[in-house]
Amino acid sequence: MKYQKSQSINKITFTQKMKSYKSDPLSFILLILVCISACVTIFIIAVIIGYIIVKGLPEISPELFEWEYNSDNVSMMPAIINTVNMTLLSLAMAVPAGVFSAIYLVEYAKKGNKLVSIIRITTETLAGIPSIVYGLFGYLMFVIACKLGNSMLSGALTMSIMVLPTIIRTTEESLMSVPDSFREGSFGLGAGRLRTVFRIVIPAAVPGILSGIILSTGRIVGETAALIYTSGTIAGIPENLMDSGRTLSVHMYALLSEGLYTEQAYATAVVLLVMVAGINTLSNIIAKKISVRY
Amino acid sequence: MKNIKEPLMKFVFLLSACVSIVAVIMICIFLFVNGIPAISKIGVPEFLLGEKWKPMQNIYGIFPMILGSIYVTAGAVIAGVPTGILCAVFMSEFCPAKLYRILKPAINLMAGIPSIVYGLFGLTVIVPIVRNLSGSNGKGIFTASVLLGIMILPTIISVSESAIRAVPRGYYEGALALGAAHERSVFFAMLPAARSGITAGVVLGIGRAIGETMAVIMVAGNQPVIPNGIFRGVRTLTSNIVIEMGYAADMHRDALIATGVVLFVFILIINFMFSLIRKRSEN
Repeated sequence: MKYQKSQSINKITFTQKMKSYKSDPLSFILLILVCISACVTIFIIAVIIGYIIVKGLPEISPELFEWEYNSDNVSMMPAIINTVNMTLLSLAMAVPAGVFSAIYLVEYAKKGNKLVSIIRITTETLAGIPSIVYGLFGYLMFVIACKLGNSMLSGALTMSIMVLPTIIRTTEESLMSVPDSFREGSFGLGAGRLRTVFRIVIPAAVPGILSGIILSTGRIVGETAALIYTSGTIAGIPENLMDSGRTLSVHMYALLSEGLYTEQAYATAVVLLVMVAGINTLSNIIAKKISVRY
Repeated sequence: MKNIKEPLMKFVFLLSACVSIVAVIMICIFLFVNGIPAISKIGVPEFLLGEKWKPMQNIYGIFPMILGSIYVTAGAVIAGVPTGILCAVFMSEFCPAKLYRILKPAINLMAGIPSIVYGLFGLTVIVPIVRNLSGSNGKGIFTASVLLGIMILPTIISVSESAIRAVPRGYYEGALALGAAHERSVFFAMLPAARSGITAGVVLGIGRAIGETMAVIMVAGNQPVIPNGIFRGVRTLTSNIVIEMGYAADMHRDALIATGVVLFVFILIINFMFSLIRKRSEN
């Protein structure tokens, strides 16, 4: 950015720049390499998004959004509803645990507390575990050991552990960005620690917490490997939490592996893409809100 | 009343904070308790170095899958890392502000695309191209590497970009003042300073690549044999679990969980490396 500013003071014309490259070919090569890489990346993004939309958009039809799933009409509506339910259920468990955990780390734990560093290490470990390992763990613990079977509840429990580090980290960051003067002011007025946290600090940190929740939503919506063996692959809408139901990503995997419904898989991919784009836009808007606050 | 509430809520917060510790312990316990007996029953060398995976004949050697994971991840690093780092340089030092406003959200979107969608893309676009170019059936190490290279791009770009942006501006200005061109200042003054941050991004990308499942299943061919060519089909540790878990029973099931244990240990090592590198970059 500063380079551009200095450019406006000492203006170099294009031909002058080219001339300077003649005496410094290495710089020119580096410039070319950087530009090629950027073009490749832009090209890849454009091709992926363009291809999915071009192939999938014509396949979207009203029938695909009917309430019933059957082999004649592989409607994705049950899967969409399951995705929403799965997301809400997982967040209902992960958000309180994650936010409270971050509150402890930022507001209560003293500096140099051993527990804090252990929690840091474990959240980092959780963040790095691949989804298939979560799937395996969820299958062993919730499906088999807790006897929950392939059910929405098993899937949601697995998901809530998976998104926990995301929520803890983003909440922690947003709590830390609340200026200490807020807390001091509250203490000065005679409020206790608990009241300060809930009335002063958390309201100021809401955008950051929200962005963590949105990020987690994105991960839950896109997850397949961790859900196949926990929430199962039944295509309908489950009647209760103990029944199996597949989310949109699992639905898409099932369509692809059955091999008969590639067109519908394209349509599902478009819906997934739109969902992810919507989630990203939302988190961008909220991120902008954070940056103008203080 | 007030006196009870404060310590009570503090206890609740403390309890929530321990959830992640409990979760990690539970994951370790459940994986190891279910996986280790199978490994010892099969025999450690037979399991880790056995070249044949034939569950029907009770032969469980995951060496082809370990190799498969390593090949595919190495391929992804070769395909994705140079492009990713150079693109991060472009984003932080070369990109016009107008383009940046489009490119940044586009890369974030790329990071958010579900892996199954990448799998569909790989299956219907990259596989046919590779099939035509190589004469093989199109599914194999090469295709999986390219797809994984694409998938780790956003991770590497965003981590490297923030590492480059975190380098003090004085490095760049100093190099410029000594007469270096813009490109030279960026590459020889700023990149070395951002080295550990970039390495952390690469390690994070490796973790993603080795743990990726759904996209790899679609394009890797999934034959559980040691591949003898770059276009040959290959099966990774992750796909081994997903493909066979659905119908596995008894010893076969335990061997799959043991595969998960091996994968988990791989990931723990990578995580450990990541935190080491990050600690060094913080100093």
